[in-house]
Amino acid sequence: MSQLEQSLSLRFKKGRTTVEGSGSRSRGRFFAVGIGPVARKELADHLGSLRFGILLVLIAVAAIAAMYAASGSIKSYTSADYSFPFAFLYLFTVSGENLPSVISFIVFLAPLLGIALGFDALNSERSQGTLSRLMSQPIHRDAVLHGKFLAGLGVVSLALAALLAIAVGIGIVLLGKPPSAEEIGRLIAFLIATVIYVGFWLALAQLFSVLFRQAATSALASIAVWLFFVVFASLIVGLIADAIAPAGDNATYAEIYRHETLVNRLDRISPVTLYEEASTALLNPSVRSLGVLVMSQVDRAISSPLGFGQSLLLVWPQLIALVGCVLAFFTISYVLFMREEIRA
Amino acid sequence: MAGSGPDISPEVVITTSGLTKRYGKFTAVDRLDLTVNRGEIFGLLGPNGAGKTTTILMLLGLTEPTAGTARVAGFDPVRDPLAVKSIVGYLPDNVGFYPHMTGRQNLRYTAALNRVPPKEAEERINALLEQVGLSEAADKRAGTYSRGMRQRLAVADALVKKPSVLILDEPTIGIDPEGVKDMLAMLERLRDEEGMTILLSSHLLHQVQEICDRVGIFVGGRLIACGKVEELEKQLAQREDFETELSVVTQEGKELPAADKDRLLAALRSLPGVKSVAEEGRNLIAVRSKDDLRADIGRVLVEQRLVPVLLRRRGLTLDDIYDRYFAEGVSTDRVPA
Repeated sequence: MSQLEQSLSLRFKKGRTTVEGSGSRSRGRFFAVGIGPVARKELADHLGSLRFGILLVLIAVAAIAAMYAASGSIKSYTSADYSFPFAFLYLFTVSGENLPSVISFIVFLAPLLGIALGFDALNSERSQGTLSRLMSQPIHRDAVLHGKFLAGLGVVSLALAALLAIAVGIGIVLLGKPPSAEEIGRLIAFLIATVIYVGFWLALAQLFSVLFRQAATSALASIAVWLFFVVFASLIVGLIADAIAPAGDNATYAEIYRHETLVNRLDRISPVTLYEEASTALLNPSVRSLGVLVMSQVDRAISSPLGFGQSLLLVWPQLIALVGCVLAFFTISYVLFMREEIRA
Repeated sequence: MAGSGPDISPEVVITTSGLTKRYGKFTAVDRLDLTVNRGEIFGLLGPNGAGKTTTILMLLGLTEPTAGTARVAGFDPVRDPLAVKSIVGYLPDNVGFYPHMTGRQNLRYTAALNRVPPKEAEERINALLEQVGLSEAADKRAGTYSRGMRQRLAVADALVKKPSVLILDEPTIGIDPEGVKDMLAMLERLRDEEGMTILLSSHLLHQVQEICDRVGIFVGGRLIACGKVEELEKQLAQREDFETELSVVTQEGKELPAADKDRLLAALRSLPGVKSVAEEGRNLIAVRSKDDLRADIGRVLVEQRLVPVLLRRRGLTLDDIYDRYFAEGVSTDRVPA
C-alpha cells in the first residue's frame, strides 16, 4: 500500500511539473506543449494522402507545360542563345502562345493546395470522434492548431521546393545554361513567397474547419473565397473604382491617375494580388514599382534591372500583409477553439 | 464537501462543489456536490441526457462550468487542465480512432502526446493490447474495427498514459455481454491491483452495479441519491413498506386446501407489524409490513407444517431503486444540445 501511495504521489508530482512547464511558457517556452507529436502525425498523414498527391501532380503538369510554352516564346524576344540577363527567370514569368505563365498558374492553383490540406483539419477530428480523445491528453489546445498548420506548411514547402528544383532542371535543358547566383536567390525568395501564399489559404481553410462542423461546408466556403479572389475580385474592384473615381474616354490625367491609384489600392485587399505583385517583382528584375507610375517619374530613368535587395524591399509590404492575414486567421481560430466545449 | 481547496485530503480524488452548467436557459448540471475517494469505483448512473457526460467534461476541463468548482487530485480543471489530463485516463462517449491508422499506431500517437519514451511506449502498448484482447487485430486499420473492438481499444488508449484516475463515459455501450463481463473484470482488477480510482457513467444500472463501490443517481442534472448500493436500498426501504411475497405448498407438494389457506392468512395477519395480507394469484400471497418479517413468516410456515417454494422480499433490487428514483426525478425529456 505504501508503495502504491508512493507511486501515486510520484505521479501527481509529475503532473505538477508538467503544469509548471506549461505555465512557464511565457517565460521561455515558445511553442505549445504537444506540438511536436501533432505535427509529426499530420505530416505523415499528408504525405500519404491521395488528395495531396493529385493536386501536386496537377500543379506539376501545369507548371511544366507553362515553362515549355514560355521557352518557345522567349525565342521571339531575343537571340537564339538566351544570352540576355535573367533569361532563366523569364521561363516563369513569360506566357506562351496558348498557355499562361508559370506564375499565373501558381497564383491560380497553389491556393487549392492549402485548402486541400486544411479544410477538414478540425471538423474531421470532431466527426471521427478523435477530438475528445485528443483533447483529453495533456497538450495545449493551440498545439493542435499550430501542429496541423506547421505540418501543412512543411509538406507544402517540401513539395514546392522539389517542384522548383525539377523546374530548374528542365530550364537548364531548355535554355542550355545554368541559372546565375542572383537568379537562384530570386527563385528561393519566390519559393518563400509562395509558401507564405499557400500558408494564407491553409490558415483560412483551418479557420473554416474550426468554424464549420461539416467538412463539406468548410471545403465549399474555402473554395468560394478562392473563386471570389481569383476570378471576381478584380471585376468588383473595377466597378467600385468606376463608381467612386470615374475615368471616361476624355478623362484628364488627374482623373486617370485617381482611378488607377484607387484600383491599385483596392486590388491589394486581395491576397491573390499581393502574391502576384510579390512574385512578379521577385522574378522580374525590370519591375521597378508595384504602384502607379506617371511619365514624369520614369522620365530619363535608365532602364536597368533592379538589384535583388531592391526587389526584396519592393515586395516586403506584400509579404508582411500576407503573414499578417495568417496571424489574424490564427487569432480567430484560437479564440473560437480555445473555449469550445469538446463533446463527442 | 466544503474542503475543495488545493489541500484536500489525500483520500479524496475528485470533489465538486456547487458545480453547475447551463446552456442558455437549460441547466444540464445543477449544483452538483460529489466526492470520489481514492481507489474506489464510483458509478454515475442516470438516464440519457441527465448531465452525466457534461459533468465528466467539466471534470476534464473540456468545458467550463457556469458556476461552482471541481478538483481532480487537487487540481482545478479550469486553471490546470494539463495537470488533470496527465493523470486522468478518459474514455469518451462515442469514441473514435483515426481510421487510416492501425490500432497500434493510434495508441502510439496517444503515448507520444503524453511524452512516453518510445521504447517504454511499445512495451506498454503490447501489454495493454494483450489485456484488452486486441493483440491480433492490433495491426489492422482502426477503420475496420467493430464497435466492440473500438471500445476495447479505447480502454487501452485511456491506460497508455498510466493514469491514476480513470473516467469512463458509458464504457459498456456497444459491447456484447461477454465483453461487458471482461471489461468490468478488468476495471475491478485495476482498482484492486493498481489502486486506480475509477469514475464511470452508465444508464444501464444492472450492468455495472456489481463492481461499483458507490453509485450516484443522476436525474435531470441533479444528484438525487448517492452512496453504497445497500445504503440506497435502506434509504428507500425506510420510506416504503416492506413487501414480502410467498408461495407455499403442503408437505406432499400439493396446492393448499382452502381451509389451510385461510388458517395461514389469519396467522400472517396476526403477526405484529403486518399492515396487509393479500392473495394475489392462485398461489401467491403478498405481505406488507413495516419491517422485514421474513423470519417470522418462516416460523409461521414451520408451525403450520407448510413448505415454502418462494419467500422473498419484493422489489428493491437496484433496478427498482433506479426506476423509483427515475419516477421521482424531473421530466426526462431534457436532452442537452
